[in-house]
Amino acid sequence: MFDDPNVVLHCEKIDKIYPGTKALDQVSFDLLKGQVNVLIGENGAGKSTLMKMIAGIEQPSSGKMYMDGKEVYFKDTNAARAKGIGIIHQELSLFPNMTVYQNIFMGHEKKKGIFLDDKAHSEGAKKILKRLEHEIPPDTMVGDLRVGQQQMVEIARNLNQDDLRVLIMDEPTSSLSAAEVKVLFKIMRELLEAGISIVYISHRLEEIMEIGDHVTILRDGKYVADAAVKDIELSWIVENMVGKNTQYHRFERSIDLSKQPKMLEIKNLCLPKKGGGWTLDHVSLDLKKGEVLGIYGLLGAGRSELFECLMGLHPEHTGDVFYEGKKLKIKDVATQIQNGFALVPEDRQSQGLIQTLDIGKNTSISSLKDYVKGLFLDEKAENAAVDEQIRDIHIKVADKRLPILSLSGGNQQKVVIGKGLLTKPKILLLDEPSRGIDIGAKTEVFEIIHELAEKGLSIIVISSELKEIMAIADRICVLSNGKKTGELTGDEITEDTLVRTSYAGLGTGRNA
Amino acid sequence: MNNKKSNNNQLLMTLLKGRTFIVLVLLVIFFTIVKGTTFLSASTLTMVAKHVALYGILALGMTFVIITGGIDLSVGSVVGLVGMLAGGMIQEGITLKFAGVTLYFSVPVIVIAMLIVGCLIGAVNGLIVTKLGVAPFIATLGTMYICRGFANLRSNGATFSDIKGYDGLGNTGFKILGSNIAGIPTGVYIFAVLAVISVIILKKLPFGWYVLAVGGNEKSARLSGIKADKIKIIVYMISGFCAAWVGMINTAQLSAAHPASGDGWEMNAIAATVLGGTSMSGGSGTIIGTVVGAFVIGVINDGMTMCGVSEFWQKVIRGLVIILAVVIDQTQRNLQAKMALQARNENK
Repeated sequence: MFDDPNVVLHCEKIDKIYPGTKALDQVSFDLLKGQVNVLIGENGAGKSTLMKMIAGIEQPSSGKMYMDGKEVYFKDTNAARAKGIGIIHQELSLFPNMTVYQNIFMGHEKKKGIFLDDKAHSEGAKKILKRLEHEIPPDTMVGDLRVGQQQMVEIARNLNQDDLRVLIMDEPTSSLSAAEVKVLFKIMRELLEAGISIVYISHRLEEIMEIGDHVTILRDGKYVADAAVKDIELSWIVENMVGKNTQYHRFERSIDLSKQPKMLEIKNLCLPKKGGGWTLDHVSLDLKKGEVLGIYGLLGAGRSELFECLMGLHPEHTGDVFYEGKKLKIKDVATQIQNGFALVPEDRQSQGLIQTLDIGKNTSISSLKDYVKGLFLDEKAENAAVDEQIRDIHIKVADKRLPILSLSGGNQQKVVIGKGLLTKPKILLLDEPSRGIDIGAKTEVFEIIHELAEKGLSIIVISSELKEIMAIADRICVLSNGKKTGELTGDEITEDTLVRTSYAGLGTGRNA
Repeated sequence: MNNKKSNNNQLLMTLLKGRTFIVLVLLVIFFTIVKGTTFLSASTLTMVAKHVALYGILALGMTFVIITGGIDLSVGSVVGLVGMLAGGMIQEGITLKFAGVTLYFSVPVIVIAMLIVGCLIGAVNGLIVTKLGVAPFIATLGTMYICRGFANLRSNGATFSDIKGYDGLGNTGFKILGSNIAGIPTGVYIFAVLAVISVIILKKLPFGWYVLAVGGNEKSARLSGIKADKIKIIVYMISGFCAAWVGMINTAQLSAAHPASGDGWEMNAIAATVLGGTSMSGGSGTIIGTVVGAFVIGVINDGMTMCGVSEFWQKVIRGLVIILAVVIDQTQRNLQAKMALQARNENK
């Protein structure tokens, strides 16, 4: 029997088998009492899966869990909650159609007799939100809140449990601003003092060094290493996480960009924000043939909206766009594709792919009219084009008739890029092309971007990952709060300047 | 400048929120002008109320189902089936062939039995939707046909007429459900009581939260420990329960049970619900809205009939009203989102 007073929960040789894959392979894990237990690993390493077992969302295929020296089995979230285990999900799991207090008390309502006690709910919610330094009126609809505020409500839901012993936080900071992260860390320290143990999953390694106590690393569903944070360094984590020491190398360009013609020039692009202010505030930039222009900025800086304007999704924008010196009239997406623009959207699942179609059709869907002979689709021509694309950008597929979801995230992303390329664009817009794919696939995507640029394609890349954008971009424009706050080339590009310029547009108020 | 604009928005918002009620008032004024004060006479209003109660009760149940993101097409057929079963139980009783006896039941027993039948049909709907994973539209389309079939099979397509029970058997009194108490149709009282209970369930009981939660984000609801399947089964049972009441009231009003009774009524119920602001995609809706929506449907139907509008044109107009209602509903949602954004910016 397992019994260690410093361990709240012990997992013993957990296996989790999904059809076709082994998500967890004999993983043992000690959740240390009163500490921030950090779980690190690349995407698909099994961190979230392991946490789902502990929170009772899913059940292990084999293996055991122990709490207080006794074996426990969580058949659902209620069973785990009864043992004081709360979880903050990676994707927000709130009810946008309900109020803040309803969200906070959902599942453990306060009652007077058989009736709901909304006064108690409202007051309770106020108290918790005050503690979180986010005094959101409790009767606000959650759907009307900013994402960061919603995240706070999600956290408040868990704090509401009186008997909370373990709080699992799965990438809680991904949608928070720097100020909000600070508050969150303060709360975490308070929770620790109150004797609550925390499991923390994050991709932001700097955060881990700041808040973490003990690190456990998973790779490909297996346990790799664990250590106390004070004993280790960042490079140790990265090394164990990826198996080898990866730093993105900067791509060397063979083209002399100063001699290349301008492909695109944007002058004073403005996009009004609903209800006042600007999403894009007089943004001007240009792009040369064969250039990779990076766009860096915080969430909400207006990066994706810039792309959306160029693709004709916001007809209400003002300002001029010149394409090869000629002024463009941006009408709609179809015309923009014809004009030589292609967009690889940020959200692959909801905007990039059609899940019900196979790999081949997902690749050819935007350019189908190129393969029409008379009235009918010339499948031979279509297949040839798809095959060529699959070969060109190294999509690993056994058969292009397989469902798109049978591919890994990285290969799905390549399909979306391939789809864009098949429309024969002159300008490729990539919105977070490396989101949600593993490091190996990331490097491949970057190589593809580099190759395409070398062939003369002009590319604009949005990324929130400093290292990535520094490696891939020839020049970086920084957006902040809708304004262009910097344009950096060559040696000017450092992490420090990028971060500082990305904050430069904040705090000037929306009427400025 | 901004302030004035936001005030205008506020005003528009208030108007939009109360739109169903405003439409109702306008309709009443319109028909009063066209038909003169006969439209406001006690006899007309009683007739309208009698009809509204039928659609309204169906719409109460429908509101619960639609808030969870489902739909119940079977309610019209349940009305017909319950009518036939109730009529049959009163007039023919239940004959046990093996014992050679025919049993007759008192009215309260029949009422309770019919309510149980309604709940059971609802439970079947819910089970098909949750446990077999059939889309609500298809599942209830199926049970709609099944119930209609059984309604016809009960009497081989014939009508039970002149239902009043036999003094000697002590099963009289069913007609109270279809007559007036103190000048007001009994159905209206039942509608009122069921509406109040519905408001309490939706607003004051945890179950009401769960209904909203399942409709708003089913996955989160499950993660919050809510038994989403159970909630869904219960809302279909509520809908069946309401349909059973309507089946009995309708039969009592007519003193007869037709197998075709209630045909197409599910559409009136859905229309009333949607007019009342319940979103077909689930997650939002109010009982008050549905009640007002039922009145709008009732006033339009009866008003047009009184004005001599042909039945065919009535259908066209009803269709237009429903589409218009949903368009306005979307306008309101957009405006609401815009105002929330504005408020958020101002707070910054």
